[in-house]
Amino acid sequence: MSELRYRDALNQALREELARDERVLLMGEDIGVFGGAFKVTAGLLEEFGEGRVRDTPISENTIVGMGVGAAMTGLRPVVELMTVNFALLAFDQIVNHAAHIHYMFGGQARVPLVVRMPQGAGHQLGPTHSHCLEAMFLHVPGLLVATPATAADAKGLLKSAIRDDNPVIFIEHESLYGVRGEVPEGEDRLVDFGHAAVRREGSDITIVGVSRMALTAERAAEGLVAEHGVQAEVIDPRTLRPLDLDTILASVAKTNRCVVVEEGWPHGGVGANLAALICEQAFDDLDAPVKRVSGADVPMPYSKPLEDIAYPHEPQVVRAALEVLGGVRA
Amino acid sequence: MEAQPDPENARAERTLPDPDTAREWLSTMTLIRRFEERAGEMYARAKVGGFLHLSIGEEAAIVGAARALRETDYLIATYRSHGHALARGTPPERVMAELFGRVDGCCKGRGGSMHMFDSQRRFMGGYGIVGGNLPIAAGIALSSDYRESDEVTLCVFGDGASNQGTFGETLNLAALWKLPVVFMVTNNQFGMGTSLKRHSAVTDLQRKGESLGVPGTRCDGMNVLDTQSVVGEAVERVRSERRPMLVEAITYRFRGHSMADPEEYRSKEEVTHWRERDPIPAFGALLEREGVVDAAERARIDKGAIARVDAAVEFAESSPFPEPGSLYDDVYVLDRQARGRYW
Repeated sequence: MSELRYRDALNQALREELARDERVLLMGEDIGVFGGAFKVTAGLLEEFGEGRVRDTPISENTIVGMGVGAAMTGLRPVVELMTVNFALLAFDQIVNHAAHIHYMFGGQARVPLVVRMPQGAGHQLGPTHSHCLEAMFLHVPGLLVATPATAADAKGLLKSAIRDDNPVIFIEHESLYGVRGEVPEGEDRLVDFGHAAVRREGSDITIVGVSRMALTAERAAEGLVAEHGVQAEVIDPRTLRPLDLDTILASVAKTNRCVVVEEGWPHGGVGANLAALICEQAFDDLDAPVKRVSGADVPMPYSKPLEDIAYPHEPQVVRAALEVLGGVRA
Repeated sequence: MEAQPDPENARAERTLPDPDTAREWLSTMTLIRRFEERAGEMYARAKVGGFLHLSIGEEAAIVGAARALRETDYLIATYRSHGHALARGTPPERVMAELFGRVDGCCKGRGGSMHMFDSQRRFMGGYGIVGGNLPIAAGIALSSDYRESDEVTLCVFGDGASNQGTFGETLNLAALWKLPVVFMVTNNQFGMGTSLKRHSAVTDLQRKGESLGVPGTRCDGMNVLDTQSVVGEAVERVRSERRPMLVEAITYRFRGHSMADPEEYRSKEEVTHWRERDPIPAFGALLEREGVVDAAERARIDKGAIARVDAAVEFAESSPFPEPGSLYDDVYVLDRQARGRYW
């Protein structure tokens, strides 16, 4: 075990997979000479050379499309988009091409492509630079979607993503890059998709937290027990496609109440989808409707006091849990 | 009249290939013509659904391009690409069955007319998004380079696609990274219903990539000899110099953009003028003059094409529709991460 920052765990995953498989190559804006906008790819150009760590012009749709073509013909590209906001420029290649090619060509071509990007608000970057769009990728059949919240999951899931033959949307978080965590050592320590992590056990209420919100949910759980005597079970889904619904349903069977916390917009969000799934599959286990805590339904404002109330923090999660429980517990 | 004049650098006196090759080109163009005509008929009889984009009139541009490639080169095209699949060698049975949506179609009925694919013959699709294939072509070329092969990728698209954002982005990247792609603009004078001069500020499309770093040339897309020669030269230059080129092929589609197109944007006189330059009788007449075929052989070639198309229709008719239970097959490659169907 070693303690690593999230960004360094990602760096290790990329280094190990580049060394392990010569078909792996990286493409992205400023990932080489600059060392990566968030320093995830620092040192990789020096170690692996410009054939395998390729700085690109600013052409998101084409960079992803080149990743698709290269993946169809024997390579295993990892494309970095500087943030999820710019993925909107690449949605044609992500949806109409990467996600659809294996199906629409009758299984004749695979797209073992990973598209990595960070998301999130909190640094006053304003409306076009603060999106959380995991719900948009969750929506698309043909994609796998990962949202690691810890350094260990970042490393293990990225390695799995690179070794898998499906196109993967790998969503990191700008505010998680500096967060430290225990990371198991060993180059074949993979984390599989479709396995949620129970971060904290409890029997009063289930709180599902996506990406950074998994950590927010954990902190809220500490507040819930310290100040309200409520034992929350916190679940980090880790991947949204495939989603480990079974772990969430087992928890709801135990607690009978559920709050879903996400940073993205509410309508058609991860919580909306999860609430529908839980309602369909575990209606009789619920003592209250599933409650969603999400980013505000607004473009993310720049001004600090507005930004602070436009995405969830611990107090909102605590309040939501207490509302679902119908008041303060002794 | 919207049509372009004859290409200024048309080389009328090109050398014919050997007789067997020449006959093969004529046969393949004829097969594409008869296939496309029959596909149109089948569409009118509701055997084929959705959108159907026919290449009638463009056969020389298709066969000339395909015959400029080695088998190990890659060909990627658009939603108007039945002819490209056939030219690469995909059996007409498999293309027709795909149009009919049957399980023995080349894409098991998942793709249809706009999304043909034949990995074995390196026909890399078949794309419904205008301009969507350009970045993929560059990625394939990157892969060829990365693996240190001398493969070339031929990327076919239309005049309309030259305005899509991917054109600028992809040509820049291909020139910058010196990728072995021949970008072939099949200029049939129209982006759907909008003529070239109404959609492109620069109509000399062979020049359109120059400011991005991709030099261009032009061929007569109604002349299979000229197309094969010019595209062939470009392919070999790209193969040896490992940097992209553009080829503009001047051509014309005799029918509408798709079967749903009433063609209100062009005159019957214009279509008639271009039909006089039909590439198939033009090449057939040339071969007859040169003694490569006689009139009887030309008729035999045509009958042979019709017979092959008949067989393709019969095959397609007798192929079953996919089972409903197969709806979720191939959404994912099932392995350690995607292990089955999820909610």
